[in-house]
Amino acid sequence: MTLPIRVRTLKIDDRDVSAREDETILEVARENGIDIPSLCYLEGLSAVGGCRLCLVDVRGVPRPVPACVTRVEEGMQITTNSERIVKYRRMNLELLFTEGNHICAVCVSNGRCELQGLAQSFGMTHVHFPYLYPQLKVDASHERYVIDHNRCVLCMRCVRVCDEIEGAHTWDVMGRGIEAQVITDLNQPWGTSDTCTSCGKCVHVCPTGALFEKGKSVAEMLKKRQFLPYLKLMREEHV
Amino acid sequence: MAQRILIDPVTRIEGHARITIHLDDDGIVNDARFHVTQFRGFEKLCEGRPFYEMPSLMARICGICPVSHLIASAKACDAILAVRIPTTAIKLRQIMNLAQIVQSHALSFFYLAAPDLLLGMDSDPAQRNLAGVLQSHPQLARDGIRLRQFGQQIIEWLGGKRIHPAWVVPGGVNEPLTASRRDQILATIPEALRIIQRSLDWFKRSLEGYREEIQSFANFPSLFMGMVNEQGGLEFYDGYMRIVDATGAIVADQLDATRYQDYVEEAVEDWTYLKFPYYKPAGYPHGIYRVGPLARLNIADHCGTPLADQEWAEFRSLQRGSVLSSFYFHYARLVEILFGIERIAELLNDPDILSDHVRALAGPNNYEGIGVSEAPRGTLLHHYQIDAQGLITWANLIIATGHNNLAMNRGVLQVARHFMSGTAITEGALNRVEAVIRAFDPCLSCSTHAQGVLPLHVQLLGSDGTVLDEVWRG
Repeated sequence: MTLPIRVRTLKIDDRDVSAREDETILEVARENGIDIPSLCYLEGLSAVGGCRLCLVDVRGVPRPVPACVTRVEEGMQITTNSERIVKYRRMNLELLFTEGNHICAVCVSNGRCELQGLAQSFGMTHVHFPYLYPQLKVDASHERYVIDHNRCVLCMRCVRVCDEIEGAHTWDVMGRGIEAQVITDLNQPWGTSDTCTSCGKCVHVCPTGALFEKGKSVAEMLKKRQFLPYLKLMREEHV
Repeated sequence: MAQRILIDPVTRIEGHARITIHLDDDGIVNDARFHVTQFRGFEKLCEGRPFYEMPSLMARICGICPVSHLIASAKACDAILAVRIPTTAIKLRQIMNLAQIVQSHALSFFYLAAPDLLLGMDSDPAQRNLAGVLQSHPQLARDGIRLRQFGQQIIEWLGGKRIHPAWVVPGGVNEPLTASRRDQILATIPEALRIIQRSLDWFKRSLEGYREEIQSFANFPSLFMGMVNEQGGLEFYDGYMRIVDATGAIVADQLDATRYQDYVEEAVEDWTYLKFPYYKPAGYPHGIYRVGPLARLNIADHCGTPLADQEWAEFRSLQRGSVLSSFYFHYARLVEILFGIERIAELLNDPDILSDHVRALAGPNNYEGIGVSEAPRGTLLHHYQIDAQGLITWANLIIATGHNNLAMNRGVLQVARHFMSGTAITEGALNRVEAVIRAFDPCLSCSTHAQGVLPLHVQLLGSDGTVLDEVWRG
């Protein structure tokens, strides 16, 4: 017997909304047509609250909280677009740009990149922090795919999709803080990975041009993510 | 007392440069140098990037002739793929390349050179610009703008945008041409033809007025190098290299463009960032050669389109042998615009042009690729090496303006000797020193693969190095 799902009522931007108790603020907001930006979140994968772009204010909580990993509670009063929140999100986005080498003009994902799209929607005309210009490598050892660490924002969608959907767990993260980097297997060239099934899911969930198909030129990498909720649903049904 | 005149920055050219003129104790010009003062380092920054990115990355060298870099780079990448790209892709690339030639030549002639030609070398510098031309010769200025628009519009219609289109890719182009686009382009041909014919008529009539400039603007014997097709005709996309001398005699023919290292070598001087390519068998600096519109019309046996062939014959009758004065670069540019427009129409009327097969797909099959094409300013060469993963390990570019470096330097000296004497710099003399550079239409940002605003600075220095007179422009 399944337990009855309890309903919570709360306010988002002064609008009364109701939600299932197991939902997050982000899910409820989107169901109700309230826009909260996000980058690491992807429907069909577990949420990790890594990018901090979905920050919202909850009355009574001193710090902003990430909407993608915060469950709704009865009587919550949430603000998604206060001046403070917009400022923090913008700051986090700018920091993402400073930590990599994001050159949209010559990127395979130009015009189709989630990071670029966020910058446009935030009206980000320049970055207030010094760029770090890290010296990062491109690994093109895989037969079909390439990882360009210069464009990686460490959203870990690749890590999650590989683990949760494909079940291969080829991808993981190495290092801490600003040194962190996604790796394949035991930090070896992707082409030498024993676990990679070459399924390409990581490439298609990657929000930027960090993961792409070999042979794609500028602006040619079209990522298809429609498969994800469908795959997830089918797997759950057949487990 | 010996002196040095410094022109810094040089104006109405593409990039940063300065000129120094050295006078001896009697105030006679004894040396002149054209210094390119910018540095960019594209050959270095592309290292480690996937070769598929190269056309778009290298196109960023220039906002005026990005298509030329796209073409040469894509050809180098085709060589890495080791594929024969579909013939329709070749024709589509040719159309875009010619549109680029038309718009770049229109920019050089109407925007940068016309103020000198129409308003006079000695006219007030405050008026000597495109705005001045618009006031005094509105029809001609409008024609120039229209021609440039014609070329740019074709680039946009084919590639999605006017500057840095990503349409030209290794293996071909990434989208076929639609019938409606083709018809759209064809509809613009008649007006462009009328404009260029009108401009040619006017320019030919006015040549008489520039006798002194024709005589002194880098007018000396040299070799000429460029690409010709299998029939020896004018070619911009792919063909053999040919070198002719001042008498018009062919010095070397049917040279494989990708074996450029057999016959071209680059010398370096410590006073400029621009290298000095020279014809290897003749040595440095005797192997001085010129490239670009003047060279192309000198080396070709014909153009290959009816109207341009007539103009070419008339052009070549200016002089027995090769046409030597660099002032005629301007004239040659107009003839090439005419050829470009005619040839675009021919290519668009090709039954194949709408084919969907426009891209050959392959991985990296060669570890090295060389792509050579004719850019507006002359022969453009991209040479890449990759590792087993397809990442760039080494790149070398030789840009049209670089080929002309020796000739530009000699031209500056010739003009300075002809028009300058004494310690004061007259406005007209200063402008002529710049104008000889403009005749070559150098793109310094390209040639040093460097970046910047383009102005000019002339300094007159004493033998002890003191600055006696100085003029800044910019």
